[in-house]
Order: sequence, then structure tokens, then C-alpha cells
Amino acid sequence: MRYIAVTCLFFLVIHATAQDEGGSLLDLLGEEETTNYATASFKSTRIINSPSIENVAEGVLDFRISHRFGRVNSGAQEFFGLDAATIRLGLDYGITDRLMVGIGRSTVQKAVDGFFKYKLLRQSTGKKNMPITLSLYSSMMINWQDWPEPDRENYFSSRLTYTYQLLIGRKFSKSTSLMLMPTMVHRNLVPNKSIPNDVFAIGIGGRQKITSRLAVTGEYYYVFADQLVEIYTNSLSIGVDIETGGHVFQLHMTNSLGMMDKQYITETTGKWLDGDIHLGFNISRVFTIKDRNKEKVKKKEAEDH
Amino acid sequence: MKTIITILLIAVGFHANAQDKFFTRNGTITFFSTTPVEDIKAENFGVTAILDTKTGNLEFSLLMKSFNFKKALMQEHFNENYVESDAFPKSTFSGTIINLPDVNFEKEGEYPAKVKGELMIHGQTREIMVDGTIEVTSEGVVLSSEFPVSPADYEIEIPSVVEDKIAKQILVTVNTELEPLKR
Repeated sequence: MRYIAVTCLFFLVIHATAQDEGGSLLDLLGEEETTNYATASFKSTRIINSPSIENVAEGVLDFRISHRFGRVNSGAQEFFGLDAATIRLGLDYGITDRLMVGIGRSTVQKAVDGFFKYKLLRQSTGKKNMPITLSLYSSMMINWQDWPEPDRENYFSSRLTYTYQLLIGRKFSKSTSLMLMPTMVHRNLVPNKSIPNDVFAIGIGGRQKITSRLAVTGEYYYVFADQLVEIYTNSLSIGVDIETGGHVFQLHMTNSLGMMDKQYITETTGKWLDGDIHLGFNISRVFTIKDRNKEKVKKKEAEDH
Repeated sequence: MKTIITILLIAVGFHANAQDKFFTRNGTITFFSTTPVEDIKAENFGVTAILDTKTGNLEFSLLMKSFNFKKALMQEHFNENYVESDAFPKSTFSGTIINLPDVNFEKEGEYPAKVKGELMIHGQTREIMVDGTIEVTSEGVVLSSEFPVSPADYEIEIPSVVEDKIAKQILVTVNTELEPLKR
């Protein structure tokens, strides 16, 4: 019996010593598993025209200038489209890290628009595992042009169009991200009965980083057959994102002139093969309105006392 | 006989429980970069630290993505372009108090301390020596220190465009309250 006891004690001592000498002290605490969310899948909240799965952060105001020139095939007299200018000015704001809202005003159709985008699922690994990011996007646009038929009774509601999108995205690697965008556009007023009010489309988009500050982007919207009259085609845009500190500069070529959802998805008339290409750029400048750090410091202090 | 064994075992158990290790999971480490153009400050409230008062061994670990910046875009650039948090998620320090006999963990008070060890940032490990203070309180131990870190030493590339905005020497401040580790 005594031998057993001695042996037991001996082992205990050995055990205690072994623990003190070998391995990392941190191992004693064990690993606390954390959730690692994918960040910066895209440089900007827009791929080119299309919304991306990125949001502006809470308390950040993003001033966006989007500009499209005329068609490059319009000839030397038009300086290959550079004489014509079409813009959308926009202000986006992050209410939370997952909810952003924005307003804008476009040259095309004298349009005023507003939208919100909510991040429902966030791609993550670790404690919580989620393969994709899923955002809900909804926008409303008011066409403020003069009525095409001023003599008949016109309603304000006829000016409105709505766009609903699911933004499904995944950051496959540090430099590669892809997105799918099932879309529905609802137009309150259409030219005649044979044209449907609702248009269904699906978009695909992506970005490939070349260096840490330069990326190539592209997006394509396919409108399902027999919904639009023949003059309209699918929107295809390719571009580069250049990042310089607080700015993101996006340069691109696109066959769409309008920059709002309803305009580029359902009203693109340019054909790439005919050279109906618009050069364009988006400039984004962010301003931090709310100091996120201050609140986190306050929260920490409250926890400590 | 059985009683003796039991008593011995309990005694051994007690011995192991005697307070020689302190830890935290929510310590604070901040860093501060100051240049004529811009001041940048970031805070991390999720620092894990553990101290063995018997050996003087000391270890810290933190997630780079847990540094909070005032500007969200700065935080994104920090993680994406500078410390590359996806590739190197953690920073760790493992060291020893080299003037351990000067610190009396049984008696409340503030003691100056010298710590030598290995700091790992951006996947690069460098030996450093820092001065700090160890405060023994009724609740545990408070470790604090301030020391400079140079991004270039850890192969963190700063492009020439933002060279004027990011200091060559970044001041790191450690302030962690450790509590007794119960086992």
C-alpha cells in the first residue's frame, strides 16, 4: 500500500514538474476560438455600376462621384466621347457595420434615387463558419424628366421604379472575390401592355487583385429572354480599382450609360462589338463622422468598473 | 494509511493551487504613430497574457484584427496592406523577467521590471528588451510598459505614398490587469 502511495506521489510530482517546464504558458489557458470574418472582398461598395458585398463602416460617410463619357465610337469631332458627360453624385452612410443607406442624383433621366443594403450573412471561419456573404439590396428611383405625354393624366407613382437584389459573394482568396446577383426590377409604368412591369435578371461580378493597391474588376448582367424590347442589351463592364489612401478610384469601360440599377440593367443600349463603349470613372472619398474607437473605449471602461 | 495518502494528496493538490500564475483574456495593448501629417492610434482590448511568478516567464498573444482604429478604412489598410492579418493573424511575445528577485509578488506595491524576450509580428520574430512596471495589488498583478517598435524591423512595408503619415518608430503601450489562474 505504501509503495502505491509513494508511486502515486512520485507521478504527481513528475506531472507537476513537466507542466512547469515544457511547452508554452499560453497553452495552460487553452485556445479561445474566435470568428474570423472575411474583410475587403472588394475595394469599394460598387463593383462598377453594381453594388458589391462591401458596406461602408458604421459612422462613415462616402461621397461618390460617378462619371461616364460618351461613346468612344462617336468620332474625332466628339473627341471619342470625352465631350459628353453624364454623372451621378451620391452620398452613402453606414448606420451600422451591416446596414448602409444612400441617396443620389443622376444626369440620366434627371433621376433621384435612394437605396439600402443590409448584410444578412457574413463570410467567416473559426467559431462561426459561413461560406458566403449575403446582402439584401433595395433601391427606388424617381424619373424626373418631363412627362412624355403631358396631355393625359399623369401620376407621381408612374415615375417610380424599384430594384431588389440578393448579393451573394465569396472571397475565395486574398485577391479573388466573386459575386452572383439575382435581381428583380419593377417599373410602375411601362410603354404598353405587352411589356412586363417586372424584369428578372442575374448578374455576375468579380475582382482580381494585381497588387495590394490595384485590382481588375468586371460585371455582367444577363436579363432573362423575352422581357425587354429589342433595342436593349445586357450590361457588361470591366475596369480597374486604384486605391490611394482615403480615395478609391475606379476606371472602367462599359456599354451602359446610366448608373442606377434600373438604368443599366434594363435600359442599356450600347453594343460592345459595335464599339458603343463608354469610358468612365467612379471616385469615392470617405469621411469618418463618428469615432468608433471612442465608443469601444467607453464600453471597455464601463466593463472594468 | 489511507488517511495519510488522502492528506498527502490533498496537500499536493493545495500546493499546485498556490498562487503562482496570473492571466487575462482582455488585456489592453495600444499603439501610437505620430508624424507632423497625421496621428494614428489603435487599441486592442482582447489581449491574452499569462505570467508565472515562480519562473518569471511571461507570454502575450493578440489578434491583429482586434486592433480598433478611429477610421474604418485605416483599419482595413492596416490588416490588408501592412500587417497582412489573413496570413499572420497573431502577434505574440514570450519573455522572462530578468530582475525577478526584485519583485515581491507576496507584497502589494509597484516594482520596476526588465523583461527580455521574443516579439513576433507579421510572422517575424525579434529579440527585444523592455522596461516596465509590475504592480502587485490585492486582486492580482498589473503589467505596464511602453516601448518602440519599428515596422521595418518586422518587414512591414510602408509604400512611399504614405511614408510621411506613418512613423518610423511606433510606440506600443501595454497595460494588462492579470488575475489569479484557478485550476
